[in-house]
Amino acid sequence: MFDLNGKKALVTGASGGIGQEIAKALSNFGAEICISGRNEEKLTSLKDSLDSQCHIIRCDLSKEDDVINLVKEAEDHMGVIDILINNAGITKDNIFLRMSDEEWDQVFKTNLFSTFKILKLVTKGMVKRRYGRIVNISSVVGVTGGAGQANYASSKAGIIAMTKSLSQEFATRNITLNCIAPGFIETNMTSDLDEKRKETILNSIPANRFGLPEDLSSAIIFLVSEESSYITGQTIHINGGLYMN
Amino acid sequence: MSDTLEKVQAIVVEHLGVENDKVTEPASFIEDLGADSLDTVELVMAFEEEFGIEIPDDAAESIQTVGDAVNFINSNKSS
Repeated sequence: MFDLNGKKALVTGASGGIGQEIAKALSNFGAEICISGRNEEKLTSLKDSLDSQCHIIRCDLSKEDDVINLVKEAEDHMGVIDILINNAGITKDNIFLRMSDEEWDQVFKTNLFSTFKILKLVTKGMVKRRYGRIVNISSVVGVTGGAGQANYASSKAGIIAMTKSLSQEFATRNITLNCIAPGFIETNMTSDLDEKRKETILNSIPANRFGLPEDLSSAIIFLVSEESSYITGQTIHINGGLYMN
Repeated sequence: MSDTLEKVQAIVVEHLGVENDKVTEPASFIEDLGADSLDTVELVMAFEEEFGIEIPDDAAESIQTVGDAVNFINSNKSS
């Protein structure tokens, strides 16, 4: 069970903390992977740390041409895409009354619109081959909301609804789509929070620790495995008990 | 021209598993031949590949019957 040998995976946002761990996990279980992101240095050092076949594709998801090129290059490298992890995401936090149009737009463009574009391109091939495993990374705040994160939280909620909708459309083709909703995970994205805020959050986490990117790996492998073909449209929350569905 | 119809019929028979004599020009993919919405997308992709043409989304949506497909292909293929 959970053997990914022979499977081809594409991971977006692989220069980030969570993306790196996802790429490592997929690689450890035997998948050939394409990793994409904006930071070529980080992607290169990630590739060097992996045993299995790995291709780097530099991509800025806010640029439509980059997205089209990303999928094309991935299919050129690997032939097919069996597994897609939509992990790339940004925050542009601000209290709502000061949130600019641009802050709202940019977050939606990267987090939701680019996911829409990638999914359109990748699901075409999956429908033809009647196989696909897609995991979209949402967030606990996509369900609970988050003060100062109206844009990010809304985009992550959108990911959940998109996943549910598409899972209904593609179910007959052995293509599953599911979400992971991480809680507070220690990465660059969360390292900027001030100590006071961090302490407040820590006090509301039953597990009494912040999450690590590795905490997400087992669920990812579980969802993208062949055996999970009857699990679709679901959101798995990984948050140390911070929120319970 | 009838060559197009034959090729279209072959693709439809293969994709939908229906009998060839059901795949007549007035036959609607969804109403008569049992296609679901994903089937119609796949059929259009197969026509694009077979005939070397591109069928944009708005044109694809108006291809409801076998005859619609044949007409579109005949108007747009290069040879």
